[in-house]
Amino acid sequence: MSREATNLLYLVTIVTFVLALRFLSNPATARRGNQIGAIGMLVAIVVTFAQNAVVSYWEIAVGMVIGGAFGAVAARKVRMTAMPQMVALFNGVGGGAAALISLAEFHNLAPDPGTLKTDISTSIMLSAIIGSISFAGSMIAFAKLQELIGGRPIVYPLQQVTNALLFAAVVAAGIAIAAGAEQQWLIWALVLGSLLFGVLFVLPIGGADMPVVISLLNAFTGLAAAATGFELENNVLIVSGMLVGASGTMLTILMGRAMNRSIANVLFGAFGQVAPSAAAAAAAGSSDGQVRSASAEDVAVMLAYAHKVVFVPGYGMAVAQAQHDVRALADLLESRGVEVSYAIHPVAGRMPGHMNVLLAEANVPYPQLKEMDDANNEFSRTDVVLVIGANDVVNPDARSNQGSPIYGMPILNVDQSQQVVVLKRSMNPGFAGIENPLFLNPKTVMLFGDAKESVEKLASSVKAV
Amino acid sequence: MSHGLLLTFEITILVLAIFLGFEVISKVPTLLHTPLMSGTNAIHGIVIVGAMLVAGAGHKDTLTTIIGLVAVVLASANVVGGFVVTDRMLEMFKKRERRDPDS
Repeated sequence: MSREATNLLYLVTIVTFVLALRFLSNPATARRGNQIGAIGMLVAIVVTFAQNAVVSYWEIAVGMVIGGAFGAVAARKVRMTAMPQMVALFNGVGGGAAALISLAEFHNLAPDPGTLKTDISTSIMLSAIIGSISFAGSMIAFAKLQELIGGRPIVYPLQQVTNALLFAAVVAAGIAIAAGAEQQWLIWALVLGSLLFGVLFVLPIGGADMPVVISLLNAFTGLAAAATGFELENNVLIVSGMLVGASGTMLTILMGRAMNRSIANVLFGAFGQVAPSAAAAAAAGSSDGQVRSASAEDVAVMLAYAHKVVFVPGYGMAVAQAQHDVRALADLLESRGVEVSYAIHPVAGRMPGHMNVLLAEANVPYPQLKEMDDANNEFSRTDVVLVIGANDVVNPDARSNQGSPIYGMPILNVDQSQQVVVLKRSMNPGFAGIENPLFLNPKTVMLFGDAKESVEKLASSVKAV
Repeated sequence: MSHGLLLTFEITILVLAIFLGFEVISKVPTLLHTPLMSGTNAIHGIVIVGAMLVAGAGHKDTLTTIIGLVAVVLASANVVGGFVVTDRMLEMFKKRERRDPDS
């Protein structure tokens, strides 16, 4: 196939990707958008196979089958609750691929010193650095979300100085290579340094902030892909990579905004690292409050005789896979004439939109899902709020305690309702490791236990009322 | 086309792509943040094209080909996994019949 025909067909792919992004921004068309993107990808792959420059088909086909099979099986098998870490994993391998492409290109071109043009070597360096950071960072994000390593931030003295120095060293190595020091060992050192930086960069970030970090690394992988486009003088890589780089950055900003935190604060704030004063304040607070726990029967009576009940789902519901039981409890209450709705905090769970996905899976009617602002207008007229495994998104410290790491984050004001019931496994602080004074509020009762078991017990007790 | 001219064209489309990327998703409801992130994640799987070009070029040097092939494996996982995960997320949003309000 001629280069002209190839490029025109690549343009088809670019158009499908733009349409995919557009359609993905609207709930009614989102699924079609994803399918259009997949078709565009298929076009690009077929066109690439037909290029004169590609001679070894079989090896590539085998590689694709291996990678594709892994991707398909992992994506099919994963439970809905583990989606975030899957996105991190697939993002990481994409970044790794970009880094490997630049390694291979450098290895291929550098044996003839001086033939490497500065712009080519610069893009090789950029995709090697950014791709490696994205790979290593995503793997750490994956490990944190999969709870292979602790979700809490890992901090040590001079952390930011160390990271800055390491990054400076990596960039210096990159500049040296681009300027003409075309040594093989130097690029390996650069890749290793970038991998290490990716690890150290994500380690101090708390698990609750992982969605924002994954989104940022997603944008990074896009940039790395665009840089490989410059190496290979390939338009579809440049445009598609940059589209993801730009839209991923935009998405990261939108997510940060939903949490009312700047990206800089997420990346460098070591969230969840409770300041000593705040910890002291929390300790002082806990001494004058008392946690009251209730039985499922007590709570069932409360619910059955309420006029208006609001469910606040969180990660606890996701991890216990309790969404179907929650729906069944809601149906039961509705059949008794209780008005039921769900208050969805934009960042409840481990990903924005996580709760919407799970409740949609349980066929909860869409009109019952209330976004944060609507929900907050309703709480003062609500009899009982049932908090199902949510924690930080209902933490009143975000409103009132300036020492709290989540101070300023908009929350669901569940404490404005008549009565709050918190379903929780234990008194351990949540994923972000922050104390929650809501649990000590006189309006609050705790129902300890696994969310699924507790909701099942509630349902059977409501039936018995 | 000279190398310098090609480079200027590449930079031009790069900058246009930046603006397009920002514009196309500037208004997204929160509930689509995760699927959209996952969808863009699948799209950057386009590095598979680069991996194929590197792995398939029939280099005399085996190491280049091997690195390229590993890149093909990784990029394929990105592409297939990315689109399938996104589809599974969006499957949940399919339209369903409205329930009777007082059932």
